[in-house]
Amino acid sequence: MKEGKAVITEYCQLCRACLSVCPEGVIKEVLEEGQQPAAQNLPLHEYTGVWVFAERRGGKVASVAYELLGAGRRLADERNAQLSALLFGASDAEAQELIRWEADRVYLCTDPIFESYNDEPHADLLGLLIKEHRPEIVLAGATPIGRSFFPRVAAKLRTGLTADCTSLEIDRDTGNLLQVRPAFGGNIMATILCPYNRPQMATVRPRVMKRGRYDQNKTGDIIHIDAEGLFSRTKVVDTVKEVSETAVNLQEADIIVSGGRGLGDPKGFKILGELAEALGGTLGASRAAVDEGWIPYSHQVGQTGKTVCPKIYIACGISGAVQHLVGMQSSDIIIAINKNPDAPIFTVATYGIVGDVYEIVPMMIRKINEMKGR
Amino acid sequence: MNIVVCIKQVPDTSEVRINPETNTLIREGVPSIINPYDMHAIEAALQIREKAGGKVIVITMGPPQAESALRDAVAMGADEAVLLTDKAFAGSDTWATSYTLFKAVEKLDAHIIICGKQAIDGDTAQVGPEMAEFLNIPHVSYVRRIEDVSEGSIRLQRLMDDGYDIVESSLPVLFTVVRELNEPRLPSLKGKMAAKKVEIRKLSAVDLEADAEKIGLKGSPTQVLKIFAPEARKDRKILEGSMEEQIDTLVHELRSLKCV
Repeated sequence: MKEGKAVITEYCQLCRACLSVCPEGVIKEVLEEGQQPAAQNLPLHEYTGVWVFAERRGGKVASVAYELLGAGRRLADERNAQLSALLFGASDAEAQELIRWEADRVYLCTDPIFESYNDEPHADLLGLLIKEHRPEIVLAGATPIGRSFFPRVAAKLRTGLTADCTSLEIDRDTGNLLQVRPAFGGNIMATILCPYNRPQMATVRPRVMKRGRYDQNKTGDIIHIDAEGLFSRTKVVDTVKEVSETAVNLQEADIIVSGGRGLGDPKGFKILGELAEALGGTLGASRAAVDEGWIPYSHQVGQTGKTVCPKIYIACGISGAVQHLVGMQSSDIIIAINKNPDAPIFTVATYGIVGDVYEIVPMMIRKINEMKGR
Repeated sequence: MNIVVCIKQVPDTSEVRINPETNTLIREGVPSIINPYDMHAIEAALQIREKAGGKVIVITMGPPQAESALRDAVAMGADEAVLLTDKAFAGSDTWATSYTLFKAVEKLDAHIIICGKQAIDGDTAQVGPEMAEFLNIPHVSYVRRIEDVSEGSIRLQRLMDDGYDIVESSLPVLFTVVRELNEPRLPSLKGKMAAKKVEIRKLSAVDLEADAEKIGLKGSPTQVLKIFAPEARKDRKILEGSMEEQIDTLVHELRSLKCV
């Protein structure tokens, strides 16, 4: 502020957050001649179709691939376009399965170069295929694999890539993909566009999108791709399985009882553990509780922890920072218990109780056990 | 061996709070720090230098005040520091950022380039791999251990969802690191002295001979349309009555869902 006026300093990084948050709507963006992002590759209408990268790991297609097919089908239908899956290093039978999960076409490469995961052949082959067939939208799972090689493809193709999307919609007027993702360390959400370049590329968090329909009789094309000329300067010499049991349990649990900073004490997790046991559920935690050292990281739910999608998620003493919400908000039913009636967790909760966890949870346990005893 | 570490100065997002009335970020008083994952990248570079010799060059793109992040890295033990700063870089998305860093790194004759796995403000994890593509070198993401470094190759452990892969790569290589890799050291007294004296090399878009079409806002394929707080759930049910009545309703609801 200088003499009652806001002044942009060298701190401004043109993030443009000010444009949408100004309460009076008085901040406007004025682009000078030549400043417009105008880095178009080919006319936009030459790109058509939705592509989904069907990731494989440990000899089978990852579950996120089926979720992407569900999301991709919806987008393709809105654009009156075809849905294609890309399957590298697999068999015809697996390709057929993707068709039953609503793909119209599968680009299949069976070359052994894809037996283990290396970034370069994945990026090179996908880049070549995109150049040849010009899809409008290309999606992958926001997994260690998708998040690692998709950026290489975007760099090659001179197009935009949005990481970790939690929602994808089409803007009917422009055909632009509205890509929603957490921003600022998961403190808030942002909608990202890629208006002048194609394809529009995004990675999508696992367990956020719902699977599509499975149709035993659906037919489609399988197109075999040659891996000629592909190479890798990295080599996987060994693969070591090491999955913590809690991580698996969390992601497969029907019921999760989670605790946050509001517990105030590591002992809180003992009571939550009893509730989880009474309900046959699993213990989760917010980042704050993990940072406090009250419970191991393997229990952490949220942007930097696990994304979960249980039938019931019970959040106890969790305020509901966006970074936590993005990891659990697609749960079927969310029950929030918090002292602070203004806690953001209540906005995503199906049921909310304002009050003390240490009063409410023991009462719940007692009533559940009474009910079981009947 | 030339080891380049790409770092970013970020707001400490664990300190960021939301104003519940306006749904905006409260940024006042939020300290600027070196992106925590980049601290592990710096530590990894220093450890490689201790074993294999060579020098560690830290590089960042940012506004002039990002210089302090570079000085902090020198205090930890980095030898040289490069700041890419120019108004023309403002508004860069990951594509333009990685192109700009690439234009600088390609001149540094790097054998190993290390980045944090992602920055805590953007969380995209894209700049490292995109830069490797521009440099036309291999990359390995999510490195949790460095097993061996030799003249022409490196062996790394790459963290995956179901465990880890042991990956060998030729040099030059770019890799991104996770927290499990190491414990970043504190600056030494000698380092702090060096940080005061070190001359930071400042490079502009012209110095980099960067293509004006590929930097800053103009070079960025993606745009932020809007920033917002998550929407409220549509199937919310308000529980009524005393605490005990509310809990009764809830437990009955759980029962009807066959959870009890």
